[in-house]
Amino acid sequence: MVSVSEVSRPIGIARSRRSFLRRTLGRQEFWRGCVAIVVFLILWEIGSRSGEWFGYTLPHVGLLPPPSDVAVAWSKVLMKWGYWESWYQSFKRVLTGFIAAQIIGIPFGLMLAVNKYFRDIFFPPFEVLRPIPPLAWVPASLIFWPTNEMSIAFVTFLGAFFTIVINVLGGARTIDVRYLRAVQSMGASQWDLFWRIILPGTLPSIFTGAAVGMGITWEVVVAAEMISGGGTQGGGGLGFFIWNSYMGGSLPQIVVGMISIGIAGYLSSTVIRMIGRSAMPWRKLF
Amino acid sequence: MKRADASLEFNGSSGMPTRGALTIRDLVKIYDPEGVNIMAVDHCSMQITPGEFCMIVGPSGCGKTTLLNAIAGFHSITSGEIFLDDKLLCGPDKPIAAQGADRIVVFQNGALFPWKTLAENVAYGPMVQGVLSKRNALAKAHEMLAEAGLGEFGGKYPGEVSSGMARRAEIVRALINRPKVLLLDEPYRAMDGLTKSIMHEALLEIYDRTKVTIFFITHDLEEAIFLGDRVYVLTTRPCRLKKVVNVDIPRPRNYEVLSSEPFRLLVEETRDAVHEEAIKAFQLGERELA
Repeated sequence: MVSVSEVSRPIGIARSRRSFLRRTLGRQEFWRGCVAIVVFLILWEIGSRSGEWFGYTLPHVGLLPPPSDVAVAWSKVLMKWGYWESWYQSFKRVLTGFIAAQIIGIPFGLMLAVNKYFRDIFFPPFEVLRPIPPLAWVPASLIFWPTNEMSIAFVTFLGAFFTIVINVLGGARTIDVRYLRAVQSMGASQWDLFWRIILPGTLPSIFTGAAVGMGITWEVVVAAEMISGGGTQGGGGLGFFIWNSYMGGSLPQIVVGMISIGIAGYLSSTVIRMIGRSAMPWRKLF
Repeated sequence: MKRADASLEFNGSSGMPTRGALTIRDLVKIYDPEGVNIMAVDHCSMQITPGEFCMIVGPSGCGKTTLLNAIAGFHSITSGEIFLDDKLLCGPDKPIAAQGADRIVVFQNGALFPWKTLAENVAYGPMVQGVLSKRNALAKAHEMLAEAGLGEFGGKYPGEVSSGMARRAEIVRALINRPKVLLLDEPYRAMDGLTKSIMHEALLEIYDRTKVTIFFITHDLEEAIFLGDRVYVLTTRPCRLKKVVNVDIPRPRNYEVLSSEPFRLLVEETRDAVHEEAIKAFQLGERELA
């Protein structure tokens, strides 16, 4: 006979030691996702090869390259240095803008939340600037900043900045007054109040802002790359890669660029989720 | 478990309690929303002795929480004075009491920090006051949680334990500061009867050991008689002291008390007093003050 505690303990340890890959492969959700993608690709292949479904003609679908053509185009591109240079360029711009937006946006949002005077002064202009779409800033920033690179980074920064600030502000302002009272009655200083209550209380909103901001950053960087034309060399970022393929008339390569952006965005938000999970261990429960 | 320096025993639990006398004298509180004066508390006086388990009952919106807010220093008073032992908390020249660790509030819906484990929550007070280092505070927190029967849950987050355990941990978080008075605002309101009875016995056990003064607001008259030394019945708004019921049921109490004759009589006596006020409140058509 083995007692319950003896059995349950080794299982708990074994689970934490099992590798990430094996945990993923063992999950039903993972395989369901794989099947969904495969089925989607098959339908796409059939649709764009035949141009009709059950006797009904599909308008324009014939123009879409089938996934097999995309795969061929992709395998060619994978060998080329320019393709990876595009990845690098876009990631660099996204990260520059995104990190700058975090570094400036989080303290700015917290200041808006905790200081009435700061809020009175800075919130109105912030609210006037916020509705302006980041892409509307592109012409002005092309003129204002000395290099294309800087103007793209600036526009990506704006894309994430407003979302981050609004989330931080909202999160910090909705911390329950009970926590603040509990803290004060236990004799905490303003410093403790800020570091131990307001900051951790705002963390969930900070990560929500980061996830949404990261999505917007990718949208903005691609559009900005298309408009500004990228760099002078081959690698002008993934947005320029798509634009270039369009100018060159290579349809499969356009789709390659699109899917690349999808993967890049997915990777970025996965990283944010992972950081969020380790920064907020108490949130695993919800 | 019985040790000379056990952290849950601090208010002369061996002899007569010495700290935590709460004196409320002619307290008046007038709310003034949009120029319409609403008198919430009207010359209310109370004398709570050191180590008393004091229950406050009264109709909804009568000003119970206003009293608590005045003691805790969350809101100002209009006139009158409140003393804790010899210290003037608030008075004519000092309308709002300074918040301090000698009076700790346990809230209706619980206010454990969800981003800290139970032990970190308990260690918070001594840590931020600089009384103990982080390591010592955590060690003491684990020790006190163990004394309250939560020994194995110190490393859990509040979201991982039941609401009853969370509430018990919150009381431990208050007690680690060695407060003179514990202010509880309907801490068990949202609980089902069974959980509530377990919580009552746990609280009584803690009280019997600490003999800390407890200022406990409730709507539940049986809870009031079962737990309290004295039950203060308040009038409907404006709030005054209507009646004090002395509960002379000996401690330690357990659940057999609930079916005893003296218990039943005391509940009836209290209910008569509260009922009168509840009818008045109903006839006035007062809405509950938040």
